[in-house]
Amino acid sequence: MADLNALRQAVINGDHTSARRITEEALGENTDPLQIVTGCLVPAMDEVGRLFEEEEYFIPEMLLAARAMKESMELIRPRLTATGAPSSGRAVIGAAKGDLHDIGKNLVASMLEGAGFDVHDLGVDVPPEKYVEAVKTVKPHLVCISTLLTTTMPALKKTIDAIDAAGLRDSVKIMVGGAPVTQQFADEIGADGYGENARSAVQKARELTARGAA
Amino acid sequence: MNALFSELLASGPVVTDGAWGTLLYMSGLPMGDSPDAWNLTHADRVEKVARSYTEAGAQIVLTNTFGANRLTLKKHGLADRAAEINRAGVEISRRAAAGRARVFASIGPTGLMLMTGETSEDELDAAFEEQAEALAKGGADALVVETMLDPAEAASAVRAAKRTGLPVVACMTYSAGKKKDRTVMGTTPEQAVEVLTQAGADAIGSNCGQGVEGFIPICQRLHAASPLPIWIKANAGLPEMENGEVVYKTTPEQFAAHVKPLVEAGASFIGGCCGTNPEFIRAVRKTLAA
Repeated sequence: MADLNALRQAVINGDHTSARRITEEALGENTDPLQIVTGCLVPAMDEVGRLFEEEEYFIPEMLLAARAMKESMELIRPRLTATGAPSSGRAVIGAAKGDLHDIGKNLVASMLEGAGFDVHDLGVDVPPEKYVEAVKTVKPHLVCISTLLTTTMPALKKTIDAIDAAGLRDSVKIMVGGAPVTQQFADEIGADGYGENARSAVQKARELTARGAA
Repeated sequence: MNALFSELLASGPVVTDGAWGTLLYMSGLPMGDSPDAWNLTHADRVEKVARSYTEAGAQIVLTNTFGANRLTLKKHGLADRAAEINRAGVEISRRAAAGRARVFASIGPTGLMLMTGETSEDELDAAFEEQAEALAKGGADALVVETMLDPAEAASAVRAAKRTGLPVVACMTYSAGKKKDRTVMGTTPEQAVEVLTQAGADAIGSNCGQGVEGFIPICQRLHAASPLPIWIKANAGLPEMENGEVVYKTTPEQFAAHVKPLVEAGASFIGGCCGTNPEFIRAVRKTLAA
């Protein structure tokens, strides 16, 4: 029997080789793929997030854990799709126009994936109209916009305004984040949520989409 | 201490310059464009920034070369012009300084992550070597490795800078953790001192990441861990949003009020980072002269 506890620990430790091996074993034994995600990967990434908030983990440890989680997810995803298991929701994510930084954005994207979201990553330097287009085609529950630079902070507001102007504002929840962003700023520009770090972003994403689905 | 730093610091702490990016955006640099490319296309406007700091009393001005390594320039299709952009950057600051200030050339991070394989040690070493050599050829008095987050990348840049024979300042950005005393990679000031000193730094410091008040404990810890001169370039508080514009609320006077505590904490070089402008440097100079 594949040891799901060991899989959870492998993700927490950022050991992608073990994560992949145990996932393969588990799937080979016909373990319910949704059970691996909700019983194992989600709690593992929760724990990684907690360690980050406790300042035992910093970005390197988070990235290694995210990679281990991702490799496991890659094996599980085809099975999940085959069984028609529901996802936590669809999310569109990107770095604001003018911003070429993607470390934080990638981290949040990985963590959202780990929390069972179907994530569509638009990349960096994403103009407002591209977000609008993605909202139309992907029909996400959630749009996440990030910025590392203070100079690109106004682009967050422009993106929200563009989604509003396209008449799509009520169809999605919008979250913003990145080093210079604060709750106050998020409120000022009319975002629905803000995550101080990747973990709180995922918690907020769950809250917002749960409310949205109700 | 090297001869240049001894000479500069002989009569007490020295004033450096303030932010460049914000001033360049105010001069019309489009968002998302490479600021460094302006050394070739808008040299007059870049020179104006450097001159505004020299005239404000900066004894050291930096260069518009923060992102002029080939890995960052590649994102703008300018990788092969790295050497040219760096040399031009130093020449512009030298013209602006006109002998009234020393020119310390800026080397920033690539923005690529080593640990996820976005770049490699070899690629970083080569990119920083190319940049450092070009800056030295342009006539820089010293090199400043700044805003570093990853100690491995910082060490690569410091080693490359050191090979030019010029004095090297090495700074990291502390903005993470409850006390904002870690880099986002988790590095503490003490760990930074160890890595940067081993790589050959002649001065150790911190720039960006938080408002000036947060730099006092960082400065104390750097100073306690290292006999080298300490370099501090602080932000004008945290950015806020007003009428669609990003503003920094710290005034030059509030900023300058932290100069004495910084000197007491061991700072030898003091200047500004994001949100500061020549008025801040004027205020710092006045405080130090008082």
